[in-house]
Amino acid sequence: MPRWGMVIDLDKCSGCQACVVACSAAGNVPLGSPELAAMGRLIRWMQVLPQVEGEYPHLRAQMLPIMCQQCDKPACTYVCPVAATYKTQEGIVAQIYWRCIGCRYCVNACPYTLKWFNWSQPQWPGATTEATNPDVELRDKGVTEKCCLCHHRLQWAKQRARAEGRSMRPDEYVPACVEACPTRCIVFGDLDDPESEASRLARSPRAFHLLEEVGTKPKVTYLKPK
Amino acid sequence: MMSHIDEEILRSVTTRPTRAYRVTCIVLALVLLWSFVAWGWQIRHGLGVTGLNSPVFWGLYLVNFVFFIGISHAGTLISSILRLTNTWWRRPFTRLAEAITVFSLPFGATSVIVDLGRPDRLFNVLKFPHFTSAILWDVVCITTYLITSCLYFYLALVPDIAVCRDRFRDTNSWRRSFYRALAVGWTGTPAQHRTLDRLMTGMSIFLFALVISVHTNVSFVFGMTTKPGWHSTIISPFFVLGAIYSGVAAVIVFAALFRRLFGLEAYLTQKHFNSCAKFLLALCCFWFYAMIIEHLYVFYGREEAEFNLVYNKFFGDYAVLFWTMFILCCPLPFIFLAVPRLRTLRNLVPVCILINIGMWLERYSIIIPSGAHPYLSWGLGSYFPSWVEISITLGWFAGFTLLLLLFVRYFPSLTIWEIKEELGANSVTQSGTDQLVGLPIAANS
Repeated sequence: MPRWGMVIDLDKCSGCQACVVACSAAGNVPLGSPELAAMGRLIRWMQVLPQVEGEYPHLRAQMLPIMCQQCDKPACTYVCPVAATYKTQEGIVAQIYWRCIGCRYCVNACPYTLKWFNWSQPQWPGATTEATNPDVELRDKGVTEKCCLCHHRLQWAKQRARAEGRSMRPDEYVPACVEACPTRCIVFGDLDDPESEASRLARSPRAFHLLEEVGTKPKVTYLKPK
Repeated sequence: MMSHIDEEILRSVTTRPTRAYRVTCIVLALVLLWSFVAWGWQIRHGLGVTGLNSPVFWGLYLVNFVFFIGISHAGTLISSILRLTNTWWRRPFTRLAEAITVFSLPFGATSVIVDLGRPDRLFNVLKFPHFTSAILWDVVCITTYLITSCLYFYLALVPDIAVCRDRFRDTNSWRRSFYRALAVGWTGTPAQHRTLDRLMTGMSIFLFALVISVHTNVSFVFGMTTKPGWHSTIISPFFVLGAIYSGVAAVIVFAALFRRLFGLEAYLTQKHFNSCAKFLLALCCFWFYAMIIEHLYVFYGREEAEFNLVYNKFFGDYAVLFWTMFILCCPLPFIFLAVPRLRTLRNLVPVCILINIGMWLERYSIIIPSGAHPYLSWGLGSYFPSWVEISITLGWFAGFTLLLLLFVRYFPSLTIWEIKEELGANSVTQSGTDQLVGLPIAANS
């Protein structure tokens, strides 16, 4: 059974935000509005955040692409009273939108604050309704949502392989953000396969995880800038 | 045959309510009604009508949840634990304490339902229970607590309902059959008293365990996350302690109110209030101890996220809130409760109201600052409640007070059979009721 994860090389991110656009299109994340952003209610599964470290004159600016850390020990799944958020056998932390009661316990439990709540009915103005991805459920108001590692693409890849009577190749399943990245800053693959590029990079001496001390064992690994 | 005591305590039930009482009830009912309008508005438009945002995911509703469940514990404490230890001064307070328990619990429990993004899916908790979630434990705990305390409340009421039944025997009002049905044939035989006593003792023991576990579970909702400020071992005992502290203060406020309204000075004496105030003083000291310990550990631990949060509470955005809360919960009540000359009924009521405001603010300063300062945050980090949240909060407090006011109109506000027990015990050792009213009542009784 593969254990899907990704490695993000912070040296390679140019901050172009292509991953944010690709993620929003693939995951049916509504556009939102400046008003919602001002209220702190914008939903963005994928974000590219500018980070400034150090003090003048020894400053270092960098971009930090960040999304659900796909923890191996997710803090969010333990606390859900209805098991609406859970970890699949392949390690993907997913969310069942029709079951979620909107208690926001998981959102509070996530130490990375990378789960999102639909405070109001999501708006799909104009033609954007027709542009939604039919493979991904549209969320209603009052439920929590999150990056599910483009789980629908994994389903497609498996079905295609089954239809052709063969087993799925690992490179057939690529999340939208990884596919869209022009600098190949995000590398995706099976972390349990020692031959995969992702698992090789995850073992690099530059590798680190966000908030390692919390013990959530994220499957998103970052590579320190050189 | 109605005794003098029955007649005096039943005065709230037998006499026509005053104009002020009726006006108060109508105003409270209107406030409660308005909060339902606000809730309807929220159900229609989603939680977007609140001031909540990312990362302050929990706000006023959760504060009310902890507060109402908190004051409900006073009832159980005074009426069950002090009943087990046979503390003499509990007797005139037990009925009110139990009433506060039973009437605050529904508002505590519904605060969580109001907070849900999808209240229509509430029963998913039963359909898809996930046993590692503290919210599921809470549902189990609070339901058990509500059922048990209702039963306990009713049991202690039965002998007094029988007194009401006898009082209204010769009238034609609806009350006659109402009391007769509820009194379940109580005649006050020694055998019935023995059964009641055995049942009450058994339930007291069960409730004792329940009161600790319920508020521990309430604290688990916060403590079982990794959030800075919430994830600590002291949060559970501190929650239980704070619950009892605010609850006992609430009992004193309502006891003083009903004493004044219905002329119960002979039964709720200055001496009872004095003893209860000393008990409150002890709780105040414990509260101070827990408060110091909680912050001292964070200060010396120097864990960055925790430390920043405490720094923010002490000197940052939440400093005014935090220090107001601290003064209202500890130094101020301490002076008025510790100095015998200041421990008068006239002072006790405002002090107890301030303690409850302080304890409400304490819950606010636990929930909101931690929400605004998570480990990693990409959002705003500020929160101000909207009109919907404020309306529902006011409505819930109005509803709770309204239920109490309505209750004392139809049922005796003191436990008559226990008062008689106390008077009986005293008449053996002392000479009649003189000992009870021995101390001069300093307040405007």
